[in-house]
Amino acid sequence: MIEIVNLHAEVQGQKILNGLNLKINKGEVHSIMGPNGSGKSTLAAILAGKEDYDITDGDIIYKGESILDLAPDERAQQGIFLAFQYPIEIPGVSNAYFLREALNSINKARGNPVLKPVEFGKLAKQKIKMLKMDETLLKRSLNEGFSGGEKKRNEILQMAILEPLLSILDETDSGLDIDALQIVANGVNSLRNEETAFLVITHYQRLLDYIVPDFVHVLVKGKIVKSGDKSLALELESKGYSWLED
Amino acid sequence: MVEELKIDNDQATKEMLEKNDYKYGFVTDIEQEIIPKGISEDVVRFISNKKNEPEWLLDFRLKAYRKWLTMEEPSWAKLNIEPIDYNGISYFAAPKEMPKSLDEIDPEIIDTYNKLGIPLEEQKQLEGIAIDVVFDSVSLVTTFKDKLAEVGIIFCSFSEAVIEHEELVKKYLGRVIPSGDNYFAALNAAAFTDGSFVYIPKGVKCPMELSTYFRINAEDTGQFERTLIIAEEGSSVSYLEGCTAPKRATSQLHAACVELIAFDDATIKYSTIQNWYPGDKDGKGGIYNFVTKRGNCVGKNSRISWTQVETGSAITWKYPSCILTGDNSVGEFYSVALTNNRQQADTGTKMIHLGKNTRSTIVSKGISAGFGQNIYRGLVEISKNAQNARNYTVCDSILIGENCGAHTFPYIEVKNSSAQLEHEATTSKIGEDQIFYCQQRGMSEEDALSLIVNGFCKEVFKELPFEFAVEAERLLSVSLEGSVG
Repeated sequence: MIEIVNLHAEVQGQKILNGLNLKINKGEVHSIMGPNGSGKSTLAAILAGKEDYDITDGDIIYKGESILDLAPDERAQQGIFLAFQYPIEIPGVSNAYFLREALNSINKARGNPVLKPVEFGKLAKQKIKMLKMDETLLKRSLNEGFSGGEKKRNEILQMAILEPLLSILDETDSGLDIDALQIVANGVNSLRNEETAFLVITHYQRLLDYIVPDFVHVLVKGKIVKSGDKSLALELESKGYSWLED
Repeated sequence: MVEELKIDNDQATKEMLEKNDYKYGFVTDIEQEIIPKGISEDVVRFISNKKNEPEWLLDFRLKAYRKWLTMEEPSWAKLNIEPIDYNGISYFAAPKEMPKSLDEIDPEIIDTYNKLGIPLEEQKQLEGIAIDVVFDSVSLVTTFKDKLAEVGIIFCSFSEAVIEHEELVKKYLGRVIPSGDNYFAALNAAAFTDGSFVYIPKGVKCPMELSTYFRINAEDTGQFERTLIIAEEGSSVSYLEGCTAPKRATSQLHAACVELIAFDDATIKYSTIQNWYPGDKDGKGGIYNFVTKRGNCVGKNSRISWTQVETGSAITWKYPSCILTGDNSVGEFYSVALTNNRQQADTGTKMIHLGKNTRSTIVSKGISAGFGQNIYRGLVEISKNAQNARNYTVCDSILIGENCGAHTFPYIEVKNSSAQLEHEATTSKIGEDQIFYCQQRGMSEEDALSLIVNGFCKEVFKELPFEFAVEAERLLSVSLEGSVG
């Protein structure tokens, strides 16, 4: 589904990614772990198309084509979703309105019919039920005054409604209690199928008890230094990262 | 002194129309009666005579004119204005054929209003909204007049009111805004040509929205309309005004006066969507909008609420105000002002607390983009006898891009120690993070911007009648086009 080839990226002259290679196929869940400052969140932002970074070498091939020249909205319309580490607040815009606008932008771009408010309401309620979340979430102003846990859950709700092909979760588990963690994992697992793929960025092994990855990669200094299966995450949990940092 | 001329779409205007996206910028091609440019006692007499006005009204005008001659254009506003040539404007323009009924209106004009989304034909009239249609210097038609008359409501053009309801006009005209109140109000009092008149009798709740649609069409003219709304004891009314003008390469002056009077337990809600032509990207052309709007809550428990959405005009100079005379009266001001390209707005309100337990609320949302300059200027005055007065002010500004500006000038004068005032103000830049977040969810950059800005204005838009709120949101999005990227 996506292939990252020899990706080099920097921000204001500072190198962050140094020749990163990663291939994710349909139906797979990959997890990226690594010490602070290793480039995990940068990778997520670059995949989503944030403009603050200079790509100095390499390419990102998504569904067979380079997406380096695509704007963030074009990437989203093609099915790339980023669950933000720090979801943004937009005062005065209800969650439901925001999501309907988002879904309809994607529908329009794909030539699908747009949903009327009533139709959208049905869909949203169904998803919220599936995720065992609170319906009032929809009526509130987008992320405004949400607790940390609510913000993260809201990212998963958005993901469930937009039904992306490739979902990138940027430390969605940080700051969540066990109940919230289960809700998030539940959301991911319900979308997991042969057509979708996930890139789960996390610091903690415990998320991977709920979202069991097919592959685990360790990112150090902008490069993947080790890959393995779920057992690698357990190994990291006990040994830390220092044995992989030169 | 009347000369006739036919207005043509000259080539430059046509080209401008094609290029620009102000969709109300077209010109209506009709036979017009326009008086030669310039202002003088003769012109004032001509207008008064044209309207068959009684002597006292001519005196009112002449007094104002003489006062105006002694006054100086105010310069305290933070506005950069090209000098206005008051003798380069024609003070009266009207379609040559004045209709006596709807059927007699020039089809060109009917078509104009259709394009503006205001069908005038009887069978297509907007349900629940009565409209007074003001075209350049005259009111053409007022819809649903008869239906309103059944409950005793008078809703007609100002000129008609002067003839048909002379006593009411004489009693209240200039009561809230004296003829020599300020430079532009004095010019208006001297030269006003038409406008709307509303009278809601005791205890009557107006059954539909009342609305005036102002359209400037003729070139090198000014529009000087005057609106007077009187709400008797226990009555209520919601009034809306909308404004558009063709694109012209030269600026045009609009100087209106609006007076509101609310008696005991009466409520007046006054909403404006101001979408005058804002000028082109470089600040060429556009309407100079100098407006005096003031309401007096004369009666106890009365309420006057101003809601304005100001997206048009090259220059906006306007401070809809409330004088809270009656005990327990309430004044409200909800404002969205957007300046893009070279637009400048100096706008705000005055809340003058005179009565006991008077309350006022001010919510101002300023949006600046391009090279736009947005100024909030407001006064909250608590007089000596205004025991237990309350004011709450929120004043938020949002900046889009690097070259625009937002400025806030709140003035507070408190002469009674029991007063409680709260003032909140924020200025923020539209965050790239917010835009990116929306884009990541599939929205284009422009859609993201208008979503964020509309959210920012939500508190004000919810004060508008539903149809107007929808229109306001759409207008905001259109006005912001091209301000990102």
